[in-house]
Amino acid sequence: MDYLLKKDWWKWFCIALLTYTIVAGLLVPVPRLNILNETIRVLHFHVPMWFGMIFLFMASVIHAVKYLRSGNNNSDAFSSELASIGLYFGVFGILSGMLWARFAWGEFWSNDPKQNAAAISLLIYLAYFVLRGSLQDQQQRSRISAVYNIFAFSLMIPLLFILPRMTDSLHPGNGGNPALSIYDTNSTLKAVFYPAVIGWTLLGFWIASIASRISLTKQKLEDA
Amino acid sequence: MLRYIIVAILVLLSQSTHAQVEMADNFRGEGKIYVVIAVILIIMAGFFYLLFKLDKRAKQLEKEIEEK
Repeated sequence: MDYLLKKDWWKWFCIALLTYTIVAGLLVPVPRLNILNETIRVLHFHVPMWFGMIFLFMASVIHAVKYLRSGNNNSDAFSSELASIGLYFGVFGILSGMLWARFAWGEFWSNDPKQNAAAISLLIYLAYFVLRGSLQDQQQRSRISAVYNIFAFSLMIPLLFILPRMTDSLHPGNGGNPALSIYDTNSTLKAVFYPAVIGWTLLGFWIASIASRISLTKQKLEDA
Repeated sequence: MLRYIIVAILVLLSQSTHAQVEMADNFRGEGKIYVVIAVILIIMAGFFYLLFKLDKRAKQLEKEIEEK
């Protein structure tokens, strides 16, 4: 995160990737699938929200561990801001997914195992902020929330990647329909999807870096 | 006269209910491309909301610095 704050090239890379995502995501020919029709293009906007969320939460837990090892306040600020932006990504993912589900599966919420598990993991991360907000002492807050962060991340992995795959799910990649296999035939989708994942993730890190700069400046002001 | 009006209203209503059977026609039209646009708008609105919150925090910080 310290490195991200000092270097700028990746922000231009992010802009380029997201411009490409929107232009190519809307214009490049896509496989003609029943029911999905053009909504297959939502793949470049809905799914990267979840990928971005997982990368942001991963960076957040790394900084939480860093805080526990060093006691450096910077790591704590990075950790909480990364988790906060990650939670926003999750909310965007769930809202965009609900709209997509309305037209692809028929209902906003069909109690699909992955939908439910995603909602539960968002609630677990929401509790992280409740916990942070409820502790007055700064050191206590940082330490307890760092430990809870590790717990939340390790709970999210089985919720999103293991449990939904053990039952039938409407999501591709679960219950015997392998991930991305319907898209495998079409490499043009991948050519947009992978840059989209990188672009949206970088946007998340960009916003998180601004947010942590603000909170670090606030800390400096309070200490001074 | 009243009867004609009622009949006219009923005819209008029946036409409009008939049109309402296929709901969200636009959203299903043109291969559901409007769903894609709505998803992009949801995500954009979300990011703008996030930016406004950040903006507010930065402004508060500026105020605090001025007060010190």
